[in-house]
Amino acid sequence: MKKLMSGNEAIARGAWETGVLFAAGYPGTPSTEVLEVLSTYEEVDAHWSTNEKVAFDECMGAALGGVRSMVTMKHVGLNVAADPFMVFPYAGTNAGFLALVADDPGMYSSQNEQDSRYFAKIAKVPLLEPSDAKEALGLVKTAFELSEEFESPVMFRTTTRLSHTRGVVEIGKRTEAPRKQFSRKVSQYAIPVYARFRRPELEAKLDRLREFAESFAGNVLEEGNGKIGVVSHGIPYQYVKEAVPDATVFKLGMIYPLPKRRLQEFCSRFEKVYVVEESEGFIEQEMASFGILNVIGKERFTNIGELSVDLVAQGLNGTSAPSDFATETTILPRPPVLCAGCSHRGVLSKLHDLGVLVTGDIGCYTLGCLPPYQAMHTTFCMGASIGNATGFNKAGEDKVVGLIGDSTFLHSGLPSLISAVYNQIPTTTILLDNGTTGMTGHQQHPGTGSTLKHRPAPAVDYESLIRSVGVEHVEVVDPWDLEATEAAIKSGLDHPGPAVVIARRACRLLPEEKAKEKVPFQVDDGVCIQCEDCMQTGCPALVWEGDTPEIREWECAGCAMCAHLCPVDAICQVEASVDAHH
Amino acid sequence: MPITSVLIAGVGGQGVVLASELLALAAIAAGHDAKQGEFHGVAQRGGAVFSHVRFGDRVYSPTTPRGEVDFLVALEKLEALRYAHFVRPGRAILVNSHEVEPIRTADERPYPKDAIRFLETKGFDVKAIKATEIAVTLGNHRAANTVMLGALAEHLDIPDQVWEKTLQQRIPEELLELNRKAFGEGRQLGQ
Repeated sequence: MKKLMSGNEAIARGAWETGVLFAAGYPGTPSTEVLEVLSTYEEVDAHWSTNEKVAFDECMGAALGGVRSMVTMKHVGLNVAADPFMVFPYAGTNAGFLALVADDPGMYSSQNEQDSRYFAKIAKVPLLEPSDAKEALGLVKTAFELSEEFESPVMFRTTTRLSHTRGVVEIGKRTEAPRKQFSRKVSQYAIPVYARFRRPELEAKLDRLREFAESFAGNVLEEGNGKIGVVSHGIPYQYVKEAVPDATVFKLGMIYPLPKRRLQEFCSRFEKVYVVEESEGFIEQEMASFGILNVIGKERFTNIGELSVDLVAQGLNGTSAPSDFATETTILPRPPVLCAGCSHRGVLSKLHDLGVLVTGDIGCYTLGCLPPYQAMHTTFCMGASIGNATGFNKAGEDKVVGLIGDSTFLHSGLPSLISAVYNQIPTTTILLDNGTTGMTGHQQHPGTGSTLKHRPAPAVDYESLIRSVGVEHVEVVDPWDLEATEAAIKSGLDHPGPAVVIARRACRLLPEEKAKEKVPFQVDDGVCIQCEDCMQTGCPALVWEGDTPEIREWECAGCAMCAHLCPVDAICQVEASVDAHH
Repeated sequence: MPITSVLIAGVGGQGVVLASELLALAAIAAGHDAKQGEFHGVAQRGGAVFSHVRFGDRVYSPTTPRGEVDFLVALEKLEALRYAHFVRPGRAILVNSHEVEPIRTADERPYPKDAIRFLETKGFDVKAIKATEIAVTLGNHRAANTVMLGALAEHLDIPDQVWEKTLQQRIPEELLELNRKAFGEGRQLGQ
């Protein structure tokens, strides 16, 4: 049966069809939908974990325990999970184990552009990568078979373009994979004690995988006119097929280890071979290590951003694509904005007013570093805010705020807070508790009281948790209450030890919030003095119409942020204003 | 059949992705290979969103090279300007004559009021359609995407019954009649 599916949906479907019983992960664009889709299959026990390392450890345990398991994450999630990822191969797996890692060339929703393929080489695990959704479904099944045949964890890489592109997929039935017995061989599974003994075995396994790669059916030679030879893989392969339909293409489905002899043989047929890959020259470098040097790669195909048919054609033929009309007309940028009624707006506006140094974190509130608020001064990676704040304090900044969301706090903020308490660092942490993982599209987490499968769960009690690690100054505020928010931040900063302010209000886009009745605001044109102060909220419900601001009633959430800024009280709630003027 | 390439662009929340998915579903139901992929930023709303839909005998690249898009469907005027260079010279740009001002703190320049005339001077076959106005009249401004899809359908060789089935398959029951009407109004204005 044929179906339109995204790459992520196809991966989930493949995992289900091949009998996966357990899956875990942490949300991260572009990987998130894999686990969300998997969770909709009744047979699969899937859950969100607090972070990627936890998810990895859980899936590793399940695979050792004998059931096919899959862990999902975005590229930077693998950094968090790198510890088990590097050690697990020393033991090898029992049942099939797959680490789904989604890279983000172009950094559409990421802070870096790391090419995670290198991780597979460091960990010495096989790496597979599909070139479209249809292929992804089959390749996931292959990955689990490979994992069990070689008793090795397998890394499965996708990119944003593959994960988010829908295509025609052939779907099939599920085959159950019976649970495998776990044997308590300490010499295999207690790695630190037996690592030296396992080390040569890992090399021997890698040699067997190298041999396997030579005959792997996913490495495909597609004959063309024999004039242009191209080595490619993944999404770039699709660009090659369109840019040079007549080329002879060696398409790789297994990126590590590579089929050395087949590549040597292929490249000996051509004077020059083009290696077309996105991000770094991983394949090119591997080929160079095989002594294959008649290669044109990164010198023609950039390692920055996504490739495209245009960029591949440019690298092959020197052609260039038309550029946009920005020099001839006004193409205004349209950056993402905080939503109308966003619970982060109140905190960001007060931080802006107070002018303190703010170390930020990963979430929608990262937009706080941009206009209009420009209230956040650093953002790096998950959980960095609190540790960075400690560091700035050590460097001599006496008023520092670490700004972190609820999901991020649970992911990796808590250990830094404990360190700040342990070392008595007088910084203020603002925990933005909007009751969801907002930026990736509303995933549940341990603070939400609900699981991925929509079952009730105990919700973390942040106040108790934070007090229990030794924070003496803990205050909870509603960020729509600007006065209370300002007072709480000030009193946190004045406190001589570590302080935490919990700014609690649910994300406006949560269905239960959307369903609530709201009283929108409106601008009284007769009172408005066109000072534009209200526009400083950057609220998408406020638009400038002719000479005055106008509030789109259907979008206004009634948060009153704009009304607070109005010096002449021209903005009031619809009903109230009707009473006053009629 | 050679590949038909469509680019649908708009603002977050306007239904770019849904319109693209409907087009891809209809193309598949009509017997084509198809690929559809959207580009969107980090936050949920307010940013620019665009999506490539390509169908034909066999589609390789999910994205269309610049200058090779057959139809640009813009749910907002500024977004038509932003992606016009993707369109094959002389081909159609269907644009919803609706303006959504970007956030003013990002760029102080005024919104370009001559977008449609500019695109005409570039030789594109520009069709301005009051999709948002029509959708509001039908009872929901969010149906503007379906009006525009209807307008596009007028240019494509996908049978009526395939469109009807696709709408039934993908649109929730309570919104189906509204979307049917929106699609029909768009079709009439598409030529």
